[in-house]
Amino acid sequence: MNKIAEIFQSLDYGPAPESPEPALAWLASKGNKFGHFINGRWTKPGKLFASDNPATGKVLAEITDGSAADVDKAVKAARAAFPKWAALSGYERGKYLYAIARLVQKHSRLFAVLESLDNGKPIRESRDIDIPLVARHFYHHAGWAQHFEREFPGMAPYGVCGQIIPWNFPLLMLAWKIAPALAAGNTVVLKPAEFTSLTALLFAEIVEKAKLPPGVVNIVTGQGDTGAAIVNHPDVDKIAFTGSTEVGKIIRAATAGSGKGLSLELGGKSPYIVFDDADVDSAIEGLVDAIWFNQGQVCCAGSRLLIQESIEERFIAKLKKRMASLRVGDPLDKAVDIGALVAPVQVARVRDLVKQGAAEGGQVYEPDIDLPKGGGCFLRPTLITNVSPAHTVATEEIFGPVLVAMSFRTPEEAVALANNTRYGLAATIWSENINLALDIAPKLKAGVVWINGTNNFDAAVGFGGYKESGFGREGGKEGMAAYLKAGWEKTLKPAGPSAVPAKAATSTSMLEADDGIDQTAKMYIGGKQARPDSGYSRAIRGPGGELVGEVGEGNRKDIRNAVEAARAALGWGTTAAHNRAQILYFLGENLDYRADEFARRLRAQTGESLASAHKEVAASVERLFAFAGWADKYDGAVHNPPSRTIALAMVEPIGVLAILAPPSRPLLGSIALLAPAIAMGNPVVLVPSEPAPLSVTDLYQVIETSDVPAGVINIVTGATATLAKTLAEHDGVDALWCAGDAAVSTMVEKASVGNLKQTWTSRGLYYDLSDKAKFEGDYFLRRATQVKNVWVPYGA
Amino acid sequence: MTLRVVDTPLPAGKPAKAAAIGHAGARNPGFPLDLDWVGRVRMNRSALERRAATIGTRRTVKKEWQAAWLLKAITLMDLTTLNSDDTPGRVERLCAKARHPLTDEIVDGYDIAGLRIVPAAVCVYHAFVPTAVRALEGSGIPVAAVSTAFPHGLAPVDTKIREIEESVAAGAKEIDIVIERQMVLTGDWQGLYEQIRAFRKACGEAHLKTILGTGELATLNNVAKASLVCMLAGADFIKTSTGKEKVNATLPVSLAMIRMIRWFADETGIEIGYKPAGGIGAAKTALDYMALMKEELGTHWLQPHLFRFGASSLLTDIERQLEHNLTGHYAADYRMPMV
Repeated sequence: MNKIAEIFQSLDYGPAPESPEPALAWLASKGNKFGHFINGRWTKPGKLFASDNPATGKVLAEITDGSAADVDKAVKAARAAFPKWAALSGYERGKYLYAIARLVQKHSRLFAVLESLDNGKPIRESRDIDIPLVARHFYHHAGWAQHFEREFPGMAPYGVCGQIIPWNFPLLMLAWKIAPALAAGNTVVLKPAEFTSLTALLFAEIVEKAKLPPGVVNIVTGQGDTGAAIVNHPDVDKIAFTGSTEVGKIIRAATAGSGKGLSLELGGKSPYIVFDDADVDSAIEGLVDAIWFNQGQVCCAGSRLLIQESIEERFIAKLKKRMASLRVGDPLDKAVDIGALVAPVQVARVRDLVKQGAAEGGQVYEPDIDLPKGGGCFLRPTLITNVSPAHTVATEEIFGPVLVAMSFRTPEEAVALANNTRYGLAATIWSENINLALDIAPKLKAGVVWINGTNNFDAAVGFGGYKESGFGREGGKEGMAAYLKAGWEKTLKPAGPSAVPAKAATSTSMLEADDGIDQTAKMYIGGKQARPDSGYSRAIRGPGGELVGEVGEGNRKDIRNAVEAARAALGWGTTAAHNRAQILYFLGENLDYRADEFARRLRAQTGESLASAHKEVAASVERLFAFAGWADKYDGAVHNPPSRTIALAMVEPIGVLAILAPPSRPLLGSIALLAPAIAMGNPVVLVPSEPAPLSVTDLYQVIETSDVPAGVINIVTGATATLAKTLAEHDGVDALWCAGDAAVSTMVEKASVGNLKQTWTSRGLYYDLSDKAKFEGDYFLRRATQVKNVWVPYGA
Repeated sequence: MTLRVVDTPLPAGKPAKAAAIGHAGARNPGFPLDLDWVGRVRMNRSALERRAATIGTRRTVKKEWQAAWLLKAITLMDLTTLNSDDTPGRVERLCAKARHPLTDEIVDGYDIAGLRIVPAAVCVYHAFVPTAVRALEGSGIPVAAVSTAFPHGLAPVDTKIREIEESVAAGAKEIDIVIERQMVLTGDWQGLYEQIRAFRKACGEAHLKTILGTGELATLNNVAKASLVCMLAGADFIKTSTGKEKVNATLPVSLAMIRMIRWFADETGIEIGYKPAGGIGAAKTALDYMALMKEELGTHWLQPHLFRFGASSLLTDIERQLEHNLTGHYAADYRMPMV
């Protein structure tokens, strides 16, 4: 039988190769050796290492392992280019971004082929997904460049941004980093991943063709040490990192106290929830896009399948059938679903985890499909059933084509299982019932939620994580904000010595004589006054050293109890914004009612004039009103990505927020931080001014008369530095604000790595919290919230 | 799931596979109408569209594979003429093309004389069934007739049954009936089921293809539910369109229908055929449909008893592609014997 007749019977697909030749020719034209791209020029290749094609193991090119000196040169170039670049009009910068978008489109196939050669991803994905999204990102940000002054009044670029990107979406992650940075007026030093630097180097040619001013974009190749040199460089103003949570934590610790801006987009173990009323076949097809997209090497991969028990058996059977028709093969074959993993080390890691999954009792299924002959980093799609949350494979990010499946009984249990993870990057919900889907979406702790779809991305829709999946967003307005800071923040001066005497000390003698009946300020935890666990009190003295009162000496157990109470009050975040507003207004009203008493107490602690103390009380009342007003107004947006979808950008509270109030302005200092936090729905653990806490302990009765639900405001008095450490290390605290000196600020930032809590610290700089223009709006609202984007496709 | 009787008992249960027709599996005996099942149908348009949009980018065939697939496509074709101005002469020309769809140059070039590349059937109006039967005599190519007041289906039911009987009597081996779209739009599943049962009975040995008129059913859920009801009522094929609606066969609609075919096969063991019709004029489009069938239902379904294209101009485009594949230069339609 001739070949045609054979195929006529078998109806096999046959090979459909995309030619690698143009990309190989481009590499050859560079001598297959690359230096860095610094200050608009190519450096001579230095100490080289190989970049392989993971499908064949063959070397594609050699690239330079960037030294600290190379990084320094690049940072200097970026620094030198910054003033002029930032001073360009938004329109001028936008034109450059537009030019880049056009050039990427013009050379899109070369980029796609090179990306697939270097990374191993199927050409369909690089051609139809990665590269078009790259162009889209630059187009979108051309517009932000032009409009940023109008949309971000008073904001300024950081300066020099150090950007470190991963190997799973090499050029796309470059675009996500460079486009917003440039639009906002920053200059950049970017290090591509060591496995996949080639498209970044091709991109440098685009930068040349677009005639960007030298130094605006610098590309330095290298490995871990090169990245560390960028992170630790003293003249870098902001670090943006996408990669593993492990490295993200190292970067967080390394930048602690430096004042560098930081955004982290880290790992995930994203749930993929299928309810019994889903379009089951479509949910199964969605899994192909969720976990077998890019060989599962996707930070937001839907890797934890949660199926409603009533459909589990049928679903798994159908899924196995579907897996059997996936095609694994040459990434440059146009009819392949799964290409090569990026490197042998990843293949080994994934295999080890699957083995461990089996050893722990998981049932491993791989369809009987062919892998390309002759080696290469190929793995079959894998499903592990008989798994529970106690299994390693159910909690570890595998970063490969491996899906684990579990079942649930009720929507509540689905949410509980979905949130039972350190991560919070993305989640997927399948249900044909919009009531159910929109009930579940806000309950999932994830920065992106896809309803009836998965792995959708768009430049207009922010992307980024909750919890240990990082912080900061990429894309949309939130993404621009990550590359801007308040202009005034660049000129802050050191805070002077505290306005109140720091003479507080634990009382070891009996209470000294005082007027009237003894007032006992305890802790305020879970809506009740609670004695300090330590059983010690600390004396609070006025400016002349006289005893003004005593407060409890808080310790780690008081903090534990307070955080416990705050976590029990997380429902505050879903209380109607109108109700939160009412309570804040009521707090203000009740404080105002007792203004005289609070003014006298301020005066007793600080020695200031009664008039000045009255002013502080009035400002505090006004601040409560201000944020009562914000409670139902600082809300989200609806985006229109270029598919028939709406993306709901929901503004959500971060969770339990710890506040370490400044020593000065004993009342306003606490209220200025407390008000935005609770207005946005975060239960708070507040440590008031160490030397002058009485104005806050006096608030207990105000809080109690203002209908504040138990646990929403918890107050622990004591030594700020000690309590700060416990709070910063507590995994139940989701965010921490510290208006303290440089040492405490550095300490809390370092200690925050445990659960990667979001921090704001004053680092010993003077933040005049009475300044309404700066602090009565967006500044703390933004820090009290995170944006979740919920993708809702529609169509009858 | 067990098929539950909610209506008058009909020959239910899984029929013996022995009752094979040709080399196909068992013919659909029909099942009781299961409204619970109909109620469980869920089709998510956006998800179906995404899958449909990527089938042609996930799968492609090149070179010899493309040629072989296109040859296969010809054998899956119901070569069709359904125009108000059809005449015996026009139908005879169509039949002549069906007997000899490829030029000798192409057949010899590919060395495929042994494959017997001819369309699966010729499809005409009732009035031309005798003409077509005569013109195809000895070719082994069956004649299909559109029926039941094609394309709208709104004649009295007795008239429609009579029309089927007459076409069968005139020699049609396959009957393409149209459903009353209003029954779907008003959710009259019982009424639809009963009509299709009656049509099936009238067909006797002739195969029944039910045309849903998907372009007029508004939603993919309606399409899927109507597909299921037709299959339960005994359809041998479900077919998208008459070619007369504003929107004819599309890949998302096809996906909704073939997923119902898959579900039906899972539950009953009975394999139902699928026929997209209208608007499939390009060879590339035909390949996308074939890839969709292969991916969703398996290679097994790419046989004439389980898959047909309703087409006329498609054949010429396939001929051009085959010639191009053979010679390396692009072909022109006027050089192909016209359909």
